[in-house]
Amino acid sequence: MLDDFFTRAALAGIAVALAAAPLGCFVIWRRMAYFGDATAHAAILGIALALAFNIALPVGILASALAMGLAVSSLSRRGFSFDSALGVLAHGSLAAGLVAIVLLTDTRVDLAAYLFGDILAVRRVDLGVIWAGAAAVIALMLWRWSALLTVTLNPDLARASGIDPKREELIVILALALTVAVAIKVVGALLISAMLIIPAAAARMITSTPERMGLAAAAIGVTAVLTGLQAAFILDTPTGPTIVCAAAIIFTVSGVISRLLSASQN
Amino acid sequence: MNLLKIDRLCVRQGHGEVLHDVSLTLDPGEIVTVLGPNGSGKSTLLRAIVGAVEPAHGSITRKPGLKIGYVPQKLHIDPSLPMTVSRFLALPGRLSKSTVAEALAQADVPDLADRQMSKLSGGQFQRVLLARALIGKPELLLLDEATQSLDQPGSAAFYKRIEEVRDEIGCAILMVSHELHVVMSASDRVICLNGHVCCHGTPEVVASAPEYRQLFGSGTEGTLALYRHQHDHEHDHDHDNHHHDHAH
Repeated sequence: MLDDFFTRAALAGIAVALAAAPLGCFVIWRRMAYFGDATAHAAILGIALALAFNIALPVGILASALAMGLAVSSLSRRGFSFDSALGVLAHGSLAAGLVAIVLLTDTRVDLAAYLFGDILAVRRVDLGVIWAGAAAVIALMLWRWSALLTVTLNPDLARASGIDPKREELIVILALALTVAVAIKVVGALLISAMLIIPAAAARMITSTPERMGLAAAAIGVTAVLTGLQAAFILDTPTGPTIVCAAAIIFTVSGVISRLLSASQN
Repeated sequence: MNLLKIDRLCVRQGHGEVLHDVSLTLDPGEIVTVLGPNGSGKSTLLRAIVGAVEPAHGSITRKPGLKIGYVPQKLHIDPSLPMTVSRFLALPGRLSKSTVAEALAQADVPDLADRQMSKLSGGQFQRVLLARALIGKPELLLLDEATQSLDQPGSAAFYKRIEEVRDEIGCAILMVSHELHVVMSASDRVICLNGHVCCHGTPEVVASAPEYRQLFGSGTEGTLALYRHQHDHEHDHDHDNHHHDHAH
């Protein structure tokens, strides 16, 4: 079954959707959308370094994404004007990564694959890495769910319950870096944020508790992956962007449904 | 034994000292109010007790195993976070329905369990925060300007409820406020804070202390009159009342 490229693509996409769902909820609740961008864009720089120094790609991506996450969070703790600083880091690292890939590698690298993903080229070994990483993210999120939720509500309240907000923030950063490392092959550095944010945002409109929002985001993410893959196959369009388009369509539909529901209640 | 003993506490934030040389003790069952102008370190004091800020010097000694219920000054719940009242009360754990119902009843908002936090009025929200702090039967309740968003009758009702809760579960209460008259009427002891403890004692003693008048002006006579009017019964607490003389 794993011999079929389409099946491998679907399994890879499902792994990414499942990992991105709970994490994406926190990205939305903690208003970290730009943070996610910065982490994902840093991955391009990580790819350049990994190719230049012959390191395994996932390791290079993970290290650079983690470094970016830690840098951004230490900036925020020192009270920098956050939005603009993040903007500089997010776009600066993307540009630096693109320049570095050309400068550091002599082979012709397929940039589009890293920017927009290449899910149809997922091999068995990639699938193993993707599922291992996704499982780690899901386990982290399940394990820290309540503590993270409390910190997200109010750090002092968390302290009063014996939870260390800094530790929980590090866990989000680690989960984000892991997700970037596994998702880059599937949707690419530019669209990872979309996989984090769109399913969770769509789920928000039709759910009433944080747990249901996480589950609904997972269902929406998986649906987007499967329909996006099918559509890309039929329409002969790039797969990563088609998956994100499918997610955006689900977002719009669930927005309309929630409007209709609340209108019928009033 | 004291529930809490704070000894010469200093807290720094950035380059400034927010609190210096603050010493105080809290005994079981008493209601103590911290008064002070903006930026006087009131919230920082509570946050230090909770453990959210580290002391630069001095010590905070809690009774071993002290259970603290904390109501923070502000709690903004992002609209992107769907949260029912009962789920909020249970965080960071899980609670049975009956525990949730009991806590809500104690805070005088019995019917809110299934409502969304973002749809609550200011008064309901504060009472839900109170309910959350009451879960687990705290021995010490910390309230940081809990009535900021309430109107006058609303905050009077809130403080009345606090006093009743104290009588029901016997917890000590340390609260921050700048609503002088309401607070004065509900407190056993008042601590007047301005980076350091300016003066403390019973509400009457503090209201007539020169340090207090310097901070709040002499218009507080009316406050005292209201206090006398509402508290013409005897207290069975007997605290040492003394002023510290500081040059301001």
